[in-house]
Amino acid sequence: MTDAPMTKSTRLGERALLSRDRFARLLQVLRQDGFQLVGPTVRDGAIVHESISGIEDLPEGWTESQDAGTYRLRRRDDRALFGYSVGPQSWKPFFFVPTLQLWRARRRDGSFVVLEKTRSAPLLALIGARSCDLHAIAIQDKVFLEGPSVDQEYLARRSGTFVVAVHCGQAGGTCFCTSLGTGPRATLGFDLALTELLDDKGHRFVVGIGSESGAQVLERVGYEEAPRADLEAAEAIVARTAAQMGRTMNTDGIKELLYRNAEHPRWDDVASRCLACTNCTLACPTCFCSSVDDVTDLAGEQAERVQRWDSCFTMDHSYLHGGSVHASIKSRYRQWLTHKLASWIDQFGTSGCVGCGRCITWCPVAIDITQEVAAIRASDPG
Amino acid sequence: MSEPFAAGADPWLPQPVRVLRRTQETADTFTLWLDVANGGFSFAPGQFNMLYLFGVGEVPISISGDPNQTHALVHTIRAVGSVTTPMQRLKRGDTVGVRGPYGAGWPVDQAFGKDVIVIAGGLGIAPLRPVVYELVRQRGRFRNVTLLYGARSPADLVYRKEVARWEKKLDGRVHVTVDHAEADWVGPVGVVPALLDKVSIDTAATVAMICGPEVMMRFTARALANRGLPGDRMFVSMERNMKCALRFCGHCQYRESFLCRDGPVLRFDRISSLLDRREL
Amino acid sequence: MENLERLLHEHEFLKGFSEAHVALIVACAKNLRFEAGEFLMREGGDANTFFLLRVGRVALEVHVPGRGTLQMESVGPGDVLGLSWLVPPYRVNLDARAVEPVVALAFDGACLRGKISKDHDLGYELVLRLYEKTVQRLDHVRLQRLDVYQAP
Repeated sequence: MTDAPMTKSTRLGERALLSRDRFARLLQVLRQDGFQLVGPTVRDGAIVHESISGIEDLPEGWTESQDAGTYRLRRRDDRALFGYSVGPQSWKPFFFVPTLQLWRARRRDGSFVVLEKTRSAPLLALIGARSCDLHAIAIQDKVFLEGPSVDQEYLARRSGTFVVAVHCGQAGGTCFCTSLGTGPRATLGFDLALTELLDDKGHRFVVGIGSESGAQVLERVGYEEAPRADLEAAEAIVARTAAQMGRTMNTDGIKELLYRNAEHPRWDDVASRCLACTNCTLACPTCFCSSVDDVTDLAGEQAERVQRWDSCFTMDHSYLHGGSVHASIKSRYRQWLTHKLASWIDQFGTSGCVGCGRCITWCPVAIDITQEVAAIRASDPG
Repeated sequence: MSEPFAAGADPWLPQPVRVLRRTQETADTFTLWLDVANGGFSFAPGQFNMLYLFGVGEVPISISGDPNQTHALVHTIRAVGSVTTPMQRLKRGDTVGVRGPYGAGWPVDQAFGKDVIVIAGGLGIAPLRPVVYELVRQRGRFRNVTLLYGARSPADLVYRKEVARWEKKLDGRVHVTVDHAEADWVGPVGVVPALLDKVSIDTAATVAMICGPEVMMRFTARALANRGLPGDRMFVSMERNMKCALRFCGHCQYRESFLCRDGPVLRFDRISSLLDRREL
Repeated sequence: MENLERLLHEHEFLKGFSEAHVALIVACAKNLRFEAGEFLMREGGDANTFFLLRVGRVALEVHVPGRGTLQMESVGPGDVLGLSWLVPPYRVNLDARAVEPVVALAFDGACLRGKISKDHDLGYELVLRLYEKTVQRLDHVRLQRLDVYQAP
């Protein structure tokens, strides 16, 4: 998103209307502008984020049913393009990549030389980004761009990203963004935000403009003025979504609640179920732990350091002086949830959770963090 | 705090630096002097660097030299793991990678005009040595300065000559104890808290800086608290797994503190309830 | 007040002891000097002395065949030495050697035991202080046992 001078006809925030065909054209205009489109597509029984070529790759007519430990794709009875909630993965892998060579080094003259990486990051256009995931991106921006150091790779990949958001038309079975104030209406981090309308008047999108870049692209795509009825229908859809959340979480005083309940028996209870499989941290759009591996070639002449995703659920994560500080699954689960919902607030000023529900859906033993928090709250000695 | 010392704008890149000198301190502990004369290297007592051994890996090691001397970077290292063990073979002329300095150091300025007790357990004396250098150098700005140092046995004591020198400079207020010894040791035998019992403390005007194994710090801090020393004038240096020192990797968290940035030196009252918790 | 009584009053172990109680136990006491290297107590010997250390460090040590003499703990000014005089079998469990010149108030164990059995208030005061010292020593010894400085 850039700060270019305002265009005459599309002022920020104004609502336009795009036909389905014009939406298809929007994607091609972005491609022509040099953006690599990444968006939802059906693969391996799920709706995943991948490089796409155009509207034909979108999950038309698909939705999912989600619950704790359950995800199933289902056919819709219409041709909605964004008729689902969230898939197993957010946008995280595009900016905070799962594996990355940080640098190479080579022995020379009894010493060594470190070779800085030349970066070539693709220019990305996110298609169909949901509010929860946009909040997650903002949260990761705080981690990687606004701290004592700037992550150069993350910066390169985030720079110039174009975002086409979608205000959710349905809530998923494990969604609770309203509890965290992160949706379903997207309010930040987008250039254009769409509400999909599909009825007897046709397949169209109400478009909100979030930046000058978005306004400029829309100018070139072409649009109509959105009729009042469509604007109202869009509002109603989002309001309906907000009322349909599959889960809720009471976040009142949650930081103090979790801080003072470090010895609550519920941790033992959840530990008896948790497998420490790390699915939750993989699916979570805000988890940012990483580790590094230092490797050499066989001759020991060249070395490199590789960064990779890590999870606080592993034994290695807290390794110190010959053992793990977090030796028990109980301590690791407590660490993860307390960090996500409590310590994150002290560290970064917001919750680390965006209510996307992925950790609930993708937990193989159906652990539901909204239930865990509720259980602790219910018997909190105060 | 000085600018981070790393090669290039990318904070991940280690700066290759030559070993000037290497000495053996004890059977498993050695000290490296690294050549940073070109450009110098300044740090605050209590800070640490990430030291990289080519092709092997990187470890956080506290800086244990004199902060007033910027042309050689001094690190005392104990061989305990997969990186520090091969580091023992480093000799003059070899190269290590350096990134740093990182972390929040000892609050020397909060001790001006007060008594200072420096309490070191085992290799905890390494990150405290820069503080002692400062306390000795600026002796007039503090009241009584006391050093308590505990080690496993006499053979495990490091910096012995300096400790003897400090005893003269600090009016005899240096006490060294060991967990066990043979008959020829004439000093105290016992734990650091036992040594502490013998030191008179003006709780209204004393700052304590404690570094050592976490259990030792916990017992020592508790002993000081029982004596009435307020928690906001006690400082400990915490340790956790560390991978990046850049606040990216998430490993060094101690509840809400990132030890690479908010620590490793933490004020005791801010963590006293955490220290008693298991597996935090 | 006699010179010996004054020394008792001044010792931190007897802080808060009433004058009457000090007067009761002073008859059991002597002020002794030991040269460096002299033993105050020997392992296996009769435990019949209770020491209040005034000057100098005493090493508590044990000789282990094949390993030599190992110092396990040291005590010094203000500390007590000797706990076994109070309870049967009245046997000393380790060597206590003066590492440097030592001055100590030495109480005859039998004498003290006699005074305590006749005056339970005196017994309470003495034993309570001994208990406190013992708890403190136990805490320290437990920490020592953890061997916190060993290589991981």
